[in-house]
Amino acid sequence: MVFAILQRLAQMLFVLFGISALVFLIFFATPGSDPAARIAGRNAAQETVEAIRKDFGFDRPLPVQYAIMMEKLFVSRDLTSFVNRGLEVVPQVMRAAPITLSLVFGAAVLWVVGSIAVGVLAAMTRDTIIDKGLMILALIGVSMPVFWLGELLNLVSQSRFHDTFLFSWVPGLGYKPFFDGPWLWFKTLVIPWFTLAALYIGIYGRVLRANLVETYQEDYIRTARAKGLSPSRVMIRHALRMSLIPFVTMFGMDFGVLVGGAALLTEVVFGLNGVGRLTYQAMLNLDLPMILATVMYASFFVVVTNALVDILYVVIDPRVRGN
Amino acid sequence: MQETSSVNAPLLDVQGLSVSFSTDRGRVKAIDDVSFKVAEGEILSIVGESGSGKSVTLMSLLGLNDPKTTFVDGAVSFRGRHLLEMPDRELRRLRGKEIGLISQDPMTALTPVYTIGWQIAEQIRAHENVSKSAALKRAVELLAAVGLPNPDEAKDRYPHQLSGGMRQRAVIAMALSCNPKLLVADEPTTALDVTVQAQVLDLLLRLRDDFGSAIILITHDMGVVAEVADRVHVMYAGRIVEKGAAEAIFERPMHPYSWGLMASIPPIDGPRLPRLPSIPGMPPSPEAIPPGCAFAPRCRFARAACAERPPQRREGDHTVLCVLDAKEREELRASVLGEAVAA
Ligand SMILES: Nc1ncnc2c1ncn2[C@@H]1O[C@H](COP(=O)(O)OP(=O)(O)OP(=O)(O)O)[C@@H](O)[C@H]1O
Ligand code: SF4
Ligand SMILES: [Mg+2]
Repeated sequence: MVFAILQRLAQMLFVLFGISALVFLIFFATPGSDPAARIAGRNAAQETVEAIRKDFGFDRPLPVQYAIMMEKLFVSRDLTSFVNRGLEVVPQVMRAAPITLSLVFGAAVLWVVGSIAVGVLAAMTRDTIIDKGLMILALIGVSMPVFWLGELLNLVSQSRFHDTFLFSWVPGLGYKPFFDGPWLWFKTLVIPWFTLAALYIGIYGRVLRANLVETYQEDYIRTARAKGLSPSRVMIRHALRMSLIPFVTMFGMDFGVLVGGAALLTEVVFGLNGVGRLTYQAMLNLDLPMILATVMYASFFVVVTNALVDILYVVIDPRVRGN
Repeated sequence: MQETSSVNAPLLDVQGLSVSFSTDRGRVKAIDDVSFKVAEGEILSIVGESGSGKSVTLMSLLGLNDPKTTFVDGAVSFRGRHLLEMPDRELRRLRGKEIGLISQDPMTALTPVYTIGWQIAEQIRAHENVSKSAALKRAVELLAAVGLPNPDEAKDRYPHQLSGGMRQRAVIAMALSCNPKLLVADEPTTALDVTVQAQVLDLLLRLRDDFGSAIILITHDMGVVAEVADRVHVMYAGRIVEKGAAEAIFERPMHPYSWGLMASIPPIDGPRLPRLPSIPGMPPSPEAIPPGCAFAPRCRFARAACAERPPQRREGDHTVLCVLDAKEREELRASVLGEAVAA
């Protein structure tokens, strides 16, 4: 088991290397375009372009260019954005990352707990009013656009009813760091968490219910019932345990992508300057160094969560343990 | 506890059991007026082709059908207690403790993510107030009793790490874990290869002697029946068409369908036949069962009278649902099974 995990970690490093090389090639070695000019941005002075060419070694062979770029990104961390008047890129990502992580972690807790509750309750009360009601709610959750839900909640909690006892606790928009006060941090993020989680509670709840209903057709569920176990034990220890395997796969993908910046809409609506927003602005400005940094950051999280999911598999499903 | 204390009250008494399902095409009756009894320590075998309703019968006894789509009628009394009217809580206390189930396919009968020791201990702890380690110890003893080599190590194996025969032994060990009075075995050997089949049957016989459990053995394999059954019931299209002691059924089968079954017993060492060669056609699906004798469309001796529900005829405690009278039956049987019986 330990060997399998180490193997998976090594594989992860290899994948990260592959991604960085690929991203580098796409951005800086596309034939017919001058990377130095692209880094310098639109209407840059000729001297700047020359300085960049020298600094990044664009007059040297590709592998050297790649090495210099990685050195700037990971070792000296002084990769600079020229479009943004000399701002260093890495500290910006480092500042945005905790915001996105806070947002996505909290939402993930909500959506895992919420969707398991919805899925299990619906499957246990299958075909009754409760089941149908929950599935309709889940469908509503899936079909509400995030920006719409977010704006709606903002409207209610920030202006319309802000002065009533219901929402007077809601702080103004924008991120409040955890270490400046956990309680304030929590209060700022509750509504964004809920907004981001609504979609996933809907999707995961529906998928989990479908999986559970299917699992109930399995022979081992009949065995479990024939053993005289209580319905809740059959559900949780046998059916849910088996249905969690596909659940974990989905979770790994969605979580990685969200941490990587896909929570953009929620970040924008609630004024959270996270990675999604940073990437978005970099794209608007064609800020190549920043794009490179955020893409590397995003792929790091996607790859890491995938590796974690694979390791989790080994823990929850003995069949993939080999031997 | 026991309401009926008379000495020869059967362990299980099923009277007029009918089961229907609600499907897209309306209500269909899969089991029609089935009655049978099982005495303590007896092995009753229910035989019939695939789809004749054997599993459905068992599942309704245990209350394991989906209550939303299944309608069960009749009276089932187990040690004097009425199973069909029992609230689920109480039934749960019987399931796994007094009635053990061995299911059809050992490959899928165990939850893949738990070790077999854990799964056996889980059942013990569901019914008895014992510690985890004590339950696990019992599990190891049970695995040893069913002949699993190296039981102490086997208890930590996951189902996928065991062969089919070993899994079936584990399933049997689990069914036995609380010393049930009655074991219901739904084709316990069908998914196994021939040598393992023989071992599992031997095991069942030995367990009946050691633990004194009665066994309902469901199968479509007459060879299996011949080897272990005390009594045999032949099921066709949701009805029991013939009942009797095993020797009687093998020596003087009374129902034309049973004749076909007898004629199709493969030679011991020969290949198994996928179909019953001496009975042409297929059994009807539940929605297409004819109102009279269900076997009529395939019966060589069908006549006008067979469109009515056939009468029950008996010879001692050997009974049959068929219009043929004793004399004609003897003649026709000789014509079908002549050589087979003589041999
Ligand atoms: N839940 C259900 N809904 C509708 N029909 C069902 C249901 N369960 C079983 N049946 C039908 O009842 C009939 C009897 O099925 P059953 O599983 O008891 O057959 P069997 O004798 O055990 O066959 P086999 O030897 O293949 O296991 C079949 O025709 C089947 O299609
Ligand atoms: S009742 Fe008629 S159709 Fe049915 S088995 Fe007897 S002879 Fe054949
Ligand atoms: Mg069956």
